[in-house]
Amino acid sequence: MTGAEHPLDRYIRPSARRTTNCPGCGNGIVAQAVLRAIDQLGMSMDDFVFVSGIGCSAWIPSPFFYADVLHTTHGRPIAFATGIKLGLPEKKVMVISGDGDLTAIGGNHLIHAARRNIDMVVVCINNGIYGMTGGQMAPTTPRGLRTVTSPYGNIEDPFDISGLAMAAGASFVARWTTYHARNITGTMKRAIQHRGFSFIEIVSQCPVQFGRRTGMGSATDMMEHYKADSIPARRAARMSAEELEGKLVVGELLDADKPEFTREMERLIRMAQEAA
Amino acid sequence: MQGNVACAEGATAAGCSFMAGYPITPATEIAERLALRLPQVGGVFVQMEDEISSIASVIGASWTGRKAMTATSGPGISLMLENIGFGVGSETPCVVVNVQRGAPTTGIPSVEMQGDVVQPRRGSHGEYEIIALAPSSPQEMFDHTVKAFNLAERFRTPVFLLADAFVGHMREEVAIPRPDEVEIVDRSVPGDGFDVETHPGFLDEDVAPMPLFGRGFHTHVTSSCHDEYGRRNVTDARALDNFVRKLRNKVLKHQHEIVEVDEAEADGDVLLVAYGSVHRCAEAATHLARERGWSVGNCRLITLWPFPGEELRRLSQGRHAVVVMENNMGQMYPYVKSETGRNAETLFLPPQVIGELHDVEYILDSIEKCTR
Repeated sequence: MTGAEHPLDRYIRPSARRTTNCPGCGNGIVAQAVLRAIDQLGMSMDDFVFVSGIGCSAWIPSPFFYADVLHTTHGRPIAFATGIKLGLPEKKVMVISGDGDLTAIGGNHLIHAARRNIDMVVVCINNGIYGMTGGQMAPTTPRGLRTVTSPYGNIEDPFDISGLAMAAGASFVARWTTYHARNITGTMKRAIQHRGFSFIEIVSQCPVQFGRRTGMGSATDMMEHYKADSIPARRAARMSAEELEGKLVVGELLDADKPEFTREMERLIRMAQEAA
Repeated sequence: MQGNVACAEGATAAGCSFMAGYPITPATEIAERLALRLPQVGGVFVQMEDEISSIASVIGASWTGRKAMTATSGPGISLMLENIGFGVGSETPCVVVNVQRGAPTTGIPSVEMQGDVVQPRRGSHGEYEIIALAPSSPQEMFDHTVKAFNLAERFRTPVFLLADAFVGHMREEVAIPRPDEVEIVDRSVPGDGFDVETHPGFLDEDVAPMPLFGRGFHTHVTSSCHDEYGRRNVTDARALDNFVRKLRNKVLKHQHEIVEVDEAEADGDVLLVAYGSVHRCAEAATHLARERGWSVGNCRLITLWPFPGEELRRLSQGRHAVVVMENNMGQMYPYVKSETGRNAETLFLPPQVIGELHDVEYILDSIEKCTR
């Protein structure tokens, strides 16, 4: 190859050369944040196993990351990742998937993995819509929004998915938007180093299926919205519910120390072996 | 020993070190036993939130090099089928035990039935082959569990153990061999320096070595249509053709290594064909008929899938009649008849009451009628 090489190129699978993302998609920002975090921590792709489900964001590690990658069925990446983590407790397991995959069809696995506090990083790219299938409403779609499957306006409330992860027992939870690219990288590093269930929600633009159809505009328009609507968690703590209406609380929302599942499992196995 | 407990002991003897499951009658004793036993041998038992996540975590664990299994009954299998298809498509060795119960739907949990015997073959969507064994005693719950693991490892594919509530809950003497007497097959794994970018790790009809996770192979595993290197191709029908054919041929080409039929009593004008718990009735009927001087024999399908068609064609030659006995309304019957029908009149004999085993006198009456 001649000319400049991207500093993160060595993390990209040689045979994966064309992106499947639409112009303006937020996936690239998230992908870079993940790779920068690994790079800045001085870790290798061989320290990781990546797992993804079905949807546009699942196509970040599969096929682009030059690492061990398991691309699973719709909604189940966390369940597959549970088996991988128990089989390779010394490896870092990272799930990268979307809001539909992780909170609709896969919602049960999300809450139970959080409850177990199993050591893995779950990156949930929340674009508030089913992008790959053509812009259908999701459990994260705002109330009132018209989509192809809510042509009269969505009559359901969306999940607060970071709140869901915290309530279910996750020990590290953060929310950012794609506007906060540098913050995502910093949080990603801390999530990777955290021992327990780390959940990072990244509110991201789908300019094609969300921006265009809902009038929120182009990718940059949507990111301007994110900038204007974001309130850092520390500031939000001093604000009333009315003041926070329609705002996105961003930042590291939780960092707790709790018993971690694979370590508990190792302890259980030692105990059983001593007793046997 | 109870059949389900024998299955759990067979799993540990085969080298299983990961089980994920969800409670369900009449299979729960397998999970209970392994929850106790696996940690003692350094293995992991995890009770998941449902059957979908159970099979998913089993497949995940298998990619780390663990011999992994799950055990459930019909309703659980129905939930697992999508990911069992994933296991086939991604070429993941694992064992799935179905202790069948009265069904359809939630049915009767504690009543035995052979109602899910075609399901492994056709239950998950699309075109694929599967391996399924039908144990007929607690001893075989042990032996066939070992065999199921060995076949899974050899052919890098999910293998079904199709038990039922009768053999699962039956208590009989089980001889457990010494560890060095158990024949164990381990999957073939690539050596150091392997990289899926340059070495094929999938779609080999003679079974590609499994590029396990955690060894620097940079393995890309997808159950979407892919090539020999695991590279996804979801645009080209010819790639799909290659994907479907190679996966099927991996099993079909090696059918002779897999298929087993018990032919020990297979002589006689009338041949009873049965499998699993129902074979015990066929055996008893054969002995009683022979005492009466009738020319009756039986054969037992140990492997249900791949289907032992060639064996049945051979065994049905020169017979007066073939009688297929199942504890259902004739699920394997059409498959048997398509092979034996040209050689002998092939009839189906359901039990008098679905969910109960065939009464021996009833079998003999039926034989008498068909030979008259």
